[in-house]
Amino acid sequence: MRYLPLTQSDREAMLATIGAKTIDDLFVDVPAVAQLDGPIRDLPMHASELAVERHMTALARKNLAAGEAPFFLGCGAYRHHVPASVDHLIQRGEFLTAYTPYQPEIAQGTLQMLFEFQTQVARLLGTDVANASMYDGSTACWEAIGMARRITKRGKAILSGGLHPHYVSVAKTMAKYTGDHLETSLPALSAETDIDSLIAAIDDNTSCVVVQYPDILGRIADLRPLADAAHARKALLIAVVTEPVALGALKSPGEMDADIVVGEGQSIGVGLQFGGPYVGLMGCKEKYIRQMPGRFCGETVDAEGKRGFVLTLSTREQHIRREKATSNICTNSGLCALAFSIHMTLLGEAGLRALAATNHAGAVAAAERLAKVPGVELVNDSFFNEFTLKLPKEARPVVRTLADQGILAGVSLGRLYPDATGLANGLVVAVTETTTLEDVETLASALEEALA
Amino acid sequence: MNSINQSGWRPTTPEAGEGSTSTFTGNRALMLEEALIFEIGSTSTTGVEVAEPAKVGSRLGGLARTVPIGLPGLSEPEAVRHYTRLSRQNYAIDLGLFPLGSCTMKHNPRLNEKMARLPGFADVHPLQPVDTVQGAFEVIHQLAHWLVTLTGMHSVAMSPKAGAHGELCGILAIKAALEAKGEGHRKVILVPESAHGTNPATAAFAGYSVEDIPATADGRVDVAALKARLGPDVAGVMITNPNTCGLFEREMRTISDAVHAVGGYVYCDGANFNAIVGRVRPGDLGVDAMHINLHKTFSTPHGGGGPGAGPVVFSEALTPFAPLPFVEKQGDHFALVEEETAGEHHGKSFGRMVAFNGQMGMFTRALTYILSHGADGLRQVAEDSVLNANYVLRSLEDTLDAPFAASGPCMHEAIFSDEGLPEGFSTIDIAKGLIDEGYHPMTMYFPLVVHGAMLVEPTETESKAALDQFIGALRSVAERAKAGDESLRSAPHFAPRRRLDETLAARKPVLVWKDPELAQAAE
Repeated sequence: MRYLPLTQSDREAMLATIGAKTIDDLFVDVPAVAQLDGPIRDLPMHASELAVERHMTALARKNLAAGEAPFFLGCGAYRHHVPASVDHLIQRGEFLTAYTPYQPEIAQGTLQMLFEFQTQVARLLGTDVANASMYDGSTACWEAIGMARRITKRGKAILSGGLHPHYVSVAKTMAKYTGDHLETSLPALSAETDIDSLIAAIDDNTSCVVVQYPDILGRIADLRPLADAAHARKALLIAVVTEPVALGALKSPGEMDADIVVGEGQSIGVGLQFGGPYVGLMGCKEKYIRQMPGRFCGETVDAEGKRGFVLTLSTREQHIRREKATSNICTNSGLCALAFSIHMTLLGEAGLRALAATNHAGAVAAAERLAKVPGVELVNDSFFNEFTLKLPKEARPVVRTLADQGILAGVSLGRLYPDATGLANGLVVAVTETTTLEDVETLASALEEALA
Repeated sequence: MNSINQSGWRPTTPEAGEGSTSTFTGNRALMLEEALIFEIGSTSTTGVEVAEPAKVGSRLGGLARTVPIGLPGLSEPEAVRHYTRLSRQNYAIDLGLFPLGSCTMKHNPRLNEKMARLPGFADVHPLQPVDTVQGAFEVIHQLAHWLVTLTGMHSVAMSPKAGAHGELCGILAIKAALEAKGEGHRKVILVPESAHGTNPATAAFAGYSVEDIPATADGRVDVAALKARLGPDVAGVMITNPNTCGLFEREMRTISDAVHAVGGYVYCDGANFNAIVGRVRPGDLGVDAMHINLHKTFSTPHGGGGPGAGPVVFSEALTPFAPLPFVEKQGDHFALVEEETAGEHHGKSFGRMVAFNGQMGMFTRALTYILSHGADGLRQVAEDSVLNANYVLRSLEDTLDAPFAASGPCMHEAIFSDEGLPEGFSTIDIAKGLIDEGYHPMTMYFPLVVHGAMLVEPTETESKAALDQFIGALRSVAERAKAGDESLRSAPHFAPRRRLDETLAARKPVLVWKDPELAQAAE
């Protein structure tokens, strides 16, 4: 077995040192009923690298990769070009095969990277601070709701209808067990967001309002009035960003006075990967840091006065506080945070803004073209790189038909909201720098044919 | 931010005593200092070329960004150098033995990385029509089959993102099962003192009160005390087996039967599954739920703190309550059971834990690893990991206190304590001394039941020669401590940094970089 260095004579010599006759002597504490007498039957035996590669490649070929088709899916995961150097650097063994940096003297690489990541994320989200990452956007969103409960000591959270339905689902699951009361609603297939009704729903029991920016249909709303209304009732505003590239073109939620901002960082550096691993972004106002979940990296000095970095404020965390921790999270998404940070460093402010401008312009052009397809209406007034079309019939079968033609047309709202008949004609279309003009033309003509 | 190193910060060279030479840069040959991107980058620099935007109007709803973000950029050569330099300040499995108990830092095969990057896996969107992602579902289905078979359990939930998330999945399923039986009033989860911190944190998160179960002097769960505490208010137990003292809980079956007899459920923390994979099936021990850290037993890389993946295997009793979504084989076709379709035959599910389908990138790596080893290779993994740990234990028990040396063979990790070290010396001095010897320290001060614990898990991917050298190094450091060698108390001496001031970091948290000039102006 190519990954196991011990030879048979090593094993014998080691057993002799230990004073055991056979390996079975070392498993003597396992009750006999639970001992298997040999390799589990009905499972294959070991295989060569070549054989495994053949097996996995055959499975991979059964999927239609986004890069092989005109591709327009978004709704929480976006296809962007990731520079080659990002994937090269994250595969350096010193990053890839390192542990959580609990021994800071020999983990300054990871720690400095995390400090840089936290700063990049805080600046992008417009928050004072950010943590060293969460599992993904959906779990970060739930953690933010829990954090708002601890800060306000109130249990009612108001979730915008524009919040990603999976994020709502995750929050509902968790709220069942924590006793939080969630007010949720469905989005309307219209240009208007639900900001006004959210404002009206805030009361003195409200811990937080959770709003996605841009929202699940791609719409953009000014969060400032919502923040003001929440703060007037001593509630918090939680903003959720599923497409961080948008913040290269848009005002940040922090600038509009959001208290906690969470996001899905997948767009930058990480890739689609069928949904994971991704990287949760989480930032907040400085006064709330002791209620934050997850790891923080902080600056300090070593015994000789040299600048260095350590994991800090760990008295919030499970390995110190056990049942009194702010969250049970331990493992985070370190390597994806590294990919995010490297990609962001390669972009820099100038590159991010250029990328955002190209995404937005491409989306505007595509929206205008697709709205010319007979029967198709553009729902949004405002959007960044993702917008919703209203088709003259249910979008879900149309998406399937187009997939059969090798076109990945977008996300039908029927897929996300199977029970909401009022949304069934909605199709959410994302356009990034990877989308070509030909892709848009192909989609437009296929859509025209499918709707005819 | 537009000039190099605007902060004026320079790495300072320590005066390391007579004969040492300071350098202009602060570098020491291959030990290279590296400033922050905020000190070396510029907001006008970019390493990425983006196509010119189409000439169209803006539709940003009047919310276009007007203030700068403050994100420095680097050209590609500068960025590659920055991160390569940073990487060299890290210890990693690729550099040497990583004896971190309960963390299973084994070799990460590079075939796994190559397979995860096949476009058919890496470049697939989670919401693509199911007919276009049948291969992805098949990967999940095949891995699920292996995990269920290896553990002797009934089903597996694949979506949890990491071990602690898996624990939560298991506890929520237990809670849902109890509520379905009208037993939602049970409020207590019993957790051994030696448990990982995530266990009590998870139980508390789900609304349970946590009570400790004491350990016996031989390092195992005190079964009599556990039985005495069982009753109608107990929802379940969370037990790590093999436990964090490195021992197999011999009476696991007795414990499970007793818990089931009073109507509770058994959660097993699977962090230490590496010791028994392919040799012992937790399902045969009465376990109802157990998470599997794919980043431990199944070699997906730790990546400096994640991402992990924490699938949870379930007994038949808990299967109806497993979370959504999951992949189901229907004839020749793989379907994704989500909220929409769950009602028909999975209506008791406790709900969704994450957006999308779980850690696909980890699934492809873990399946690659499993297929490489096969049933025979995985059994050998368990045996070699246990052999290696016992070899370390028996080679060092004459030098370091081994509190459970008489409790039988250890499993895949060996535990030592600071007993017998002279006053003023503790586990941390041994750990930091090991750094100077070129090793990552073992797990320190955990489990809490052993004073000054040192938990050593060598894993099966170490050769005998590598173990012998490690044993020699640890023996040497321990002997120096016993001899009162003061230099140990300020170790490490040769790492990129000396001991760091963690108190300062926590007392005056600096969590983001601030431009020193702006910060000064603000004051």
